[in-house]
Amino acid sequence: MEKLKDIPPLGIYIHVPFCVSKCPYCDFYSIGCAGRSDTREYMDRYTDSVKRELKTFLEKSRTNRVDTVYFGGGTPVLLTDKKIHAITDEIYRLFSVENNAEITMEANPHTALSQQLSSYRSAGINRLSFGLQSANDDELKLLGRLHSAHEAAQCVKAAQKAGFENISLDLMTALPYQTEEKLLNSVKFCSELNVQHISAYILKVEEGTPFYVNDVQAICPDEDRQAQLYLYIVQALKEHGYEQYEISNFASNKKYRARHNVKYWNCDEYIGIGPSAHSFFNGRRMYYPRDLKLFIDGTSPTDDGEGGGWEEYLMLRLRLSDGLDFDALRQLGAEQSDIDRIIKKAQPMQKAGFLKLENDNISLTPEGFLISNSIIAELLF
Amino acid sequence: MSDIRKNIRNFCIIAHIDHGKSTLADRILELTSTVAQRDMEDQLLDNMDIERERGITIKARAVNLDYKAKDGEIYHFNLIDTPGHVDFNYEVSRSLAACEGAVLVVDASQGIEAQTLANTYLAVEHDLEIVPVINKVDLPSADPERVCHEIEDIIGIPALDAPRVSAKSGLNIEEVLERIVSDIPAPKGDENAPLKALIFDSYYDSYKGVVAYVRVMDGTVKAGSKIRMMATGAEFTVVEVGFMGPTNLIPAASLAAGQVGYITASIKTVRDTTVGDTITDVDNPAAEPLAGYRKATPMVFSGVYPVDGAKYPDLRDALEKLQLNDASLSFEPETSIALGFGFRCGFLGLLHMEIIQERLEREFNLDLITTAPSVVYKITLTNGEELMIDNPTNYPDPALIDSAEEPFVKASIMTPASFIGNIMELCQDRRGVYVDTKYLDADRVEIHYELPLNEIVYDFFDALKSRTKGYASFDYELIGYRPSKLVKLDILLNGDIVDALSFIVHADKAYPRARKMAEKLKENIPRQMFEVPIQAAIGGKVIARETVKAMRKDVLAKCYGGDITRKKKLLEKQKEGKKRMRQLGTVEVPQDAFMSVLKLD
Repeated sequence: MEKLKDIPPLGIYIHVPFCVSKCPYCDFYSIGCAGRSDTREYMDRYTDSVKRELKTFLEKSRTNRVDTVYFGGGTPVLLTDKKIHAITDEIYRLFSVENNAEITMEANPHTALSQQLSSYRSAGINRLSFGLQSANDDELKLLGRLHSAHEAAQCVKAAQKAGFENISLDLMTALPYQTEEKLLNSVKFCSELNVQHISAYILKVEEGTPFYVNDVQAICPDEDRQAQLYLYIVQALKEHGYEQYEISNFASNKKYRARHNVKYWNCDEYIGIGPSAHSFFNGRRMYYPRDLKLFIDGTSPTDDGEGGGWEEYLMLRLRLSDGLDFDALRQLGAEQSDIDRIIKKAQPMQKAGFLKLENDNISLTPEGFLISNSIIAELLF
Repeated sequence: MSDIRKNIRNFCIIAHIDHGKSTLADRILELTSTVAQRDMEDQLLDNMDIERERGITIKARAVNLDYKAKDGEIYHFNLIDTPGHVDFNYEVSRSLAACEGAVLVVDASQGIEAQTLANTYLAVEHDLEIVPVINKVDLPSADPERVCHEIEDIIGIPALDAPRVSAKSGLNIEEVLERIVSDIPAPKGDENAPLKALIFDSYYDSYKGVVAYVRVMDGTVKAGSKIRMMATGAEFTVVEVGFMGPTNLIPAASLAAGQVGYITASIKTVRDTTVGDTITDVDNPAAEPLAGYRKATPMVFSGVYPVDGAKYPDLRDALEKLQLNDASLSFEPETSIALGFGFRCGFLGLLHMEIIQERLEREFNLDLITTAPSVVYKITLTNGEELMIDNPTNYPDPALIDSAEEPFVKASIMTPASFIGNIMELCQDRRGVYVDTKYLDADRVEIHYELPLNEIVYDFFDALKSRTKGYASFDYELIGYRPSKLVKLDILLNGDIVDALSFIVHADKAYPRARKMAEKLKENIPRQMFEVPIQAAIGGKVIARETVKAMRKDVLAKCYGGDITRKKKLLEKQKEGKKRMRQLGTVEVPQDAFMSVLKLD
């Protein structure tokens, strides 16, 4: 089947649903493996299933070009480098992966990782995203993380030594008892390690997690304080050379923005494989059930309707500091009356400093990001 | 013909809520074999769902029954059910006017209550023969001796040999029927005199048009008679006359003096058959109508709005349909900036208001917002003009007001003596003027207060109940207008007056009321993108102020792994939420917040 030239390359997300143990705040789909004897077997069958699904997607795809791959989870390194290789090999075999493709893997910054780093590089992985969360050991302990700040630093340095030139660290804000000093300490830590990219997420206590059950919310900073801490870290990161480009993402240089993740916010198409993974493929949104067995058994993704409309584009693009051009909305089918309404509604928000309206473009400020749900709802409805 | 009248007994039953009126009526229906056992539905006379649930009678109903007495003769009973609540006082008085006697049902443990007393006095005023009955004698707490004495002391009628019954179990019901035969006089009247028939109730039937329930005082009426309503002047030709069976209408050849029955005449609206009006014959008219006709005057007003603006026509249709059956309900269109299109509705009282609202919601499936109830104020302007104001929106500029008056009621509260202090505190707080306290017996008293109607339309009854552990009963009658210091209180959100929240209040009550209102709004308005100042003001002067702080955080920080679904769901939820919002100027107030402020206290 002939592939059309003007179809943009795809991103591929591989969701690896295995963890040593579940972190108490995390509600992503994964299975704690500690103390389970059948893990190896499941990992084998999981890997085979990923290969199977890659093929299935390719058969229906209008392009075989790929420019980003992302291993997320879960804890992808638990699969072992052999299976990671098996998956990347299959991707290279089936798809035409561009030369400068961004291939990311999430990892926990343990020292144990160090030995496998060169093997990951040979699998083509050129970007690492470490779940640091904090450079303060008391906060790491509270989050149930298995590493210390010192260990994390060693790990990052080892990665750099192994040749990784694009490293991202995750931080969390709005943790219990968090102060500006603690945040600054974490920011300095990242900056001193010269990493290229930082994600800073506001902790959300999700239903069903141990944090939720133990009502950690009660000791978390309140709404006003969360806002203060968020604005503080945005500013601190800026001062340390990390420019904000998305609600929770910061890069030392434009070229280090997470290209794979930007696809999500730019309404580009991507394939997501693994239980709970989402795809935007051939104009449809879909996702696999949150169930490893069903995934292994070959259950196809659940359709979640058409994607890529102008409302969806607006909702996603406003996550980016670049915001969106009204021309793009027009091309996606927005009427001039829609645009006029959006502008009218945006004006008082601009006055209040929540957004910028200029040159037929609309973009949110950090203050605006903080209440972006309300802003988007107000602009759309 | 006089033989027919000799065996007719027209009577009603007077009882307090829960004292067993409907159950007694059911037992009488059973014993007179009017209704086969299998057709018996509990509390047959109460036709409407709400009546059954609340155990109250909203509109009078009547039924014709035949009873074979111990003297071997057949008696024709006309049981006329009366509304038990003070809101329907006038309707009660018309029902009483159709009777020669009243069965007074008193609960053997609870004794006489305020409403019972009010209605009994009304019955005595109408020269009705009172047949006291002590009900619920089978309850462990029953004290029939004490209750008998109470009846004798308070009402002043002999009650020592009153039948002691249990309507529930059927005990001694026959004795009640025999009393009705022996004690209540047969109706008088002259079937050859010009027609005079009293309308005591009417309802709209989609096939027959209005069905008017009448008591013929003089003369005879039959199908083909040309009749005139003496108060309204409307004329009709009678299509059908007959008697009211418990489950259906039974057509008859004619209705004559002394009889109770129905008339249909292709009448389109109940407004042509107002309760209390006199029907006469066009060709042989009566010289004078029966005494006591009065137009129903609404006492309490409230704005009624559909939650969904698109349902405005449905609300209008529903109100029109209800009005077919309820001439005392008045409504006219009104517009609110906050609430859109709706109606200003007038009600006989608070209960009437609640019932209409409930029926609109239940029978017509409407979601409603109602504004705080208002009474009718009399305002005299400096130029001498007199205005009746039932809507705060129409309250004139204070500079133009010379004087203001508000309606007062005489309230009578019956209570165990131990609650006197609590009740006086409540009435004092409601600007009440103490009249007197009467001891009914060692530990039951009747307290009289004069109170502004305005002070009882909100929550007086609830407050009374909670301060007396539910023991006190309460009744009131309008006693006229009195000078008052009134002010109009406006609520401003973000500097804009929310018209639907304005209300008229006594100057001394303005400050606490304003503070409470502002606090409640603050509690109930969620933080928004911008700070929302809440102000309560009289004229231009702000007397209370609160602020809803601006929202600081509403963000899905992690939109990740391509999971757009979650974000979309959130947005969908916000869209739904917005639908339930009321846009008040620049401020969005959730429906619930709005309602909770209206239901202040």
